[in-house]
Amino acid sequence: MLAAACGSSTSPTDSGSATGGTERPAPPAGTAATSVGAGEGELNIIAWAGYAEDGSTDKTVDWVHPFEQQTGCKVNVKIGNTSDEMVTLMHSGAYDGVSASGDATLRLIYGGDVAPVNTDLVPNYKTVSDFLKLQPWNSVNGVAYGIPHGWGANVLAYNTKAVTPAPTSWSAVFDPNSPYKGKITAYDSPIYIADAALYLMKTKPDLGITNPYALDDTQFQAAVDLLKAQRPMISKYWAAYTDEVNSFSSQESVIGTAWQINANLINSEGKVKVDSIVPSEGATGWSDTWMIASKAAHPNCMYKWMDYIISPSVNAQVAEWFGEAPAQTLACDQTSDKTFCDGYHALDASYANSISYWTTPTSNCLDGRGDICKDYAAWTQAWTEIKG
Amino acid sequence: MSVSTATPPAASPQGSSRAVSGFLYRHPRVRLAALLSAPLFWLVVLYLGSLAIMVVAAFWSTDSFTGALVREPTLKNFQTLFRGQVYWVVALRTVGIALAVTLIDMVLAVPLAFVAAKVVRSRRLRYALVIAVTMPLWAGYLVKGYAMQTMFINNGVIDWMLAPLGLKGPGLGLAAVVFSLAYLWLPYMVLPVYAGLERIPDSLLEASADLGAAASRTFRSVVLPLLVPSLIAGSIFTFSLTLGDYIMVKIVGGTTQMWANIIYDNVGVANNLPLAAAAALFPITVIVLYLLAVRRTGALENL
Amino acid sequence: MTLSRRARWILGLLSAGVLVFIYFPLVVVLVNSFNASKVFSWPPTSWTLEWWQKAATNDGVRAALLTSLKAATGATLIAILLGSMVAFAVARYRFFGREPISFVVILPIALPGIVTGIALNSSFSTVLGPLGISLGLFTVILGHATFCIVVVFNNVLARLRRTGTSLEEAAMDLGAGPFQTFRDVTFPAVRSALVAGALLAFALSFDEIVVTTFTSGPGVETLPQWIFNNLFRPNQGPIINAVAAAVLVAFILPVYLAMRMSDGPGRVPQAGAEP
Repeated sequence: MLAAACGSSTSPTDSGSATGGTERPAPPAGTAATSVGAGEGELNIIAWAGYAEDGSTDKTVDWVHPFEQQTGCKVNVKIGNTSDEMVTLMHSGAYDGVSASGDATLRLIYGGDVAPVNTDLVPNYKTVSDFLKLQPWNSVNGVAYGIPHGWGANVLAYNTKAVTPAPTSWSAVFDPNSPYKGKITAYDSPIYIADAALYLMKTKPDLGITNPYALDDTQFQAAVDLLKAQRPMISKYWAAYTDEVNSFSSQESVIGTAWQINANLINSEGKVKVDSIVPSEGATGWSDTWMIASKAAHPNCMYKWMDYIISPSVNAQVAEWFGEAPAQTLACDQTSDKTFCDGYHALDASYANSISYWTTPTSNCLDGRGDICKDYAAWTQAWTEIKG
Repeated sequence: MSVSTATPPAASPQGSSRAVSGFLYRHPRVRLAALLSAPLFWLVVLYLGSLAIMVVAAFWSTDSFTGALVREPTLKNFQTLFRGQVYWVVALRTVGIALAVTLIDMVLAVPLAFVAAKVVRSRRLRYALVIAVTMPLWAGYLVKGYAMQTMFINNGVIDWMLAPLGLKGPGLGLAAVVFSLAYLWLPYMVLPVYAGLERIPDSLLEASADLGAAASRTFRSVVLPLLVPSLIAGSIFTFSLTLGDYIMVKIVGGTTQMWANIIYDNVGVANNLPLAAAAALFPITVIVLYLLAVRRTGALENL
Repeated sequence: MTLSRRARWILGLLSAGVLVFIYFPLVVVLVNSFNASKVFSWPPTSWTLEWWQKAATNDGVRAALLTSLKAATGATLIAILLGSMVAFAVARYRFFGREPISFVVILPIALPGIVTGIALNSSFSTVLGPLGISLGLFTVILGHATFCIVVVFNNVLARLRRTGTSLEEAAMDLGAGPFQTFRDVTFPAVRSALVAGALLAFALSFDEIVVTTFTSGPGVETLPQWIFNNLFRPNQGPIINAVAAAVLVAFILPVYLAMRMSDGPGRVPQAGAEP
């Protein structure tokens, strides 16, 4: 087993990671494959839009068909629009694998829906960025449950004309006296509670938050209250990226949490100019992982897919199309835009470690304090309440 | 129709079919059983059975750690729903939206259906009108949702139309939801109302006029009371569809939440089927009670 | 009805207003499908046929359209069979439980789709799963048929109630057996109602999204699902406009035919009744 190279010890994400921290409860026993045989001729996967393009969106964007030709595995892609939807779909047992974000992975692992991954059977895994390996959102107790695919931060995007001076802190969206009241956009998902917790972690140290995904009753209530106070200042909660692009382009919103790809799209439309930063408090983010179903009907095809999708040239294509940092270090030589990896800080371990990656909140605290934390079901109900 | 004379049973297939028909003719109960068995199996076993499974699931819970169903009876889900203030707010908002949508559709549907059924003299024009109203019913739900989004969105069509007046549209939000749902379900209201108006004999209206009632009085005292079953039939659709809608509100609702969003969100999250099932009992109860209440009015025949 | 000129004008204006209310947004979709702008902008400043070409050559659209047609055909066939059976039973027989049955038949269309969807999803996965049947096109057809039955049932029932039984009795008196009576008397009487019901059932199924979401499995994507998935993807907006406009146009004919054949509004005008 490779030990994960942890970044600076101030990073909130390394508490409970494989190298230090506490043992977490054991997930349902699953066994990793020991060898990869011939493909079974078919593969059913769930993916984020843009992760498994077969040319049906854009004729020139197609990495599914080359894979089919190489392996003989016919790929059926089901687009998952949200992490929650992906968990539900995986639970149905009809799929071989999924490109899961960190707010879904632990739910899948502890639900027994996914199996450990034998990384030795995925040759391209060796050159994946070290800071993505064996992290709390893709492994349990040092056992890998997936193959890192790509990552990014939930940045603070702002309209450069309307927002001056340039913001440096998340207070622009959380402070009740923000000058941008009524023009703020936020992400429409229970996991957004972590953004509030991250802000409180830095601005209200006496709450004692060490990990925005491990919140006890008091800490959780503080984050929920902050979001309830933010609610009247919100112009739009965005769930799909088109929502946010529209919201910024029509100037309904001028500032708010965003994915880099959204910021790029808004700028490419040219109606308004936005800049994006990681504020002083840091940012939440996602690191997506390909996972294999514990009852996969086509495990060989899935292993072949996992290796294929993080191969340098394919991983580069995906990252450029989707707008995220590639997990594969060698992908940076293959991008069509040679400055791409710099723009996304793809090889910058300290940048990567300043991000608090989405992780499923569980009642057993991720920071090792025991069974006193709020689980994702509680987060979900609180989110319903926040929106009102 | 040709009068068929009994042919001698020469060919054997015909002979056997005769035997079967004779048997069926003498045993109407067997005929009935043959007619009902398949559809009843379908509706009772598959459909009602599924509903029953869901109702039972409302009394279960999920293990927060594994997401697996815990099949032990509990009232936890109902406590969550009844104690959370937000659920009351959303339930009231949803019922309010449903009422507003139903009212708007009644106000729009009655004059249009009345013109088509009682004012237009030419049959051809009458059908043209009815078809013109129902055609959009099949235009596709998402297509219309998308159309509504382009209408209401910031700097969209409505803003563009109001700009010369120096006004701005309501944008995406509650008003857009009410308006869009009313737009979507309008044909469901027009059809039963039109059918109901067609059934009112013209002689009734003439009698009312002969007795000295003005047109408005005739409409109030004769037409409207006779239209009640049709209006109820239409309202079953507008109500039920509104209570179950979670997509349109996502497309045009901005930050608005409706009851079906709560159902949908909980099914998605950690597979909390029990809470979703408990939440689903709310529209089921409302609609079944409503259906039972209006059965006597004959509204169900107008669906 | 005799109305004053003023009342006629007011009613006429009202109806015209409602019609504009109905059609204006659809016209916007049609116009927008020729809008050259890649993102939503109104009013359009330049025009193009690019989106129509892209939509026509888009594999995803074509596959989804095919899936939708398959699902709607399957659901309609089941609905024709089961819906007309129930309609015959309810119209032609008196039996214990007739009222509850007519009530249960309309439930699938009266209850919200999300309820039907979740219920079917949980029972499919608990009952069919162990039998080795996973969610797929087959389960979508089952789900759609559940609410399509009602449409056929309503249409056929209305026709049977209108035609009465005297013709059938006459046929029996003249020596026709049940099969022959059905073939030569009953079926021709309900044929057009059946076709109308089938067309509407087809249209309902073709447009369904909620039940589909809960009953479809991997590799199954109907056209509404495709539209829904692409509504939230960048760079796809204009293509959706074209697909939406095409769906709009494609639906006009079957609906018109259904209207002409059913007993409800738009009943076939009797010859010579034209004033």
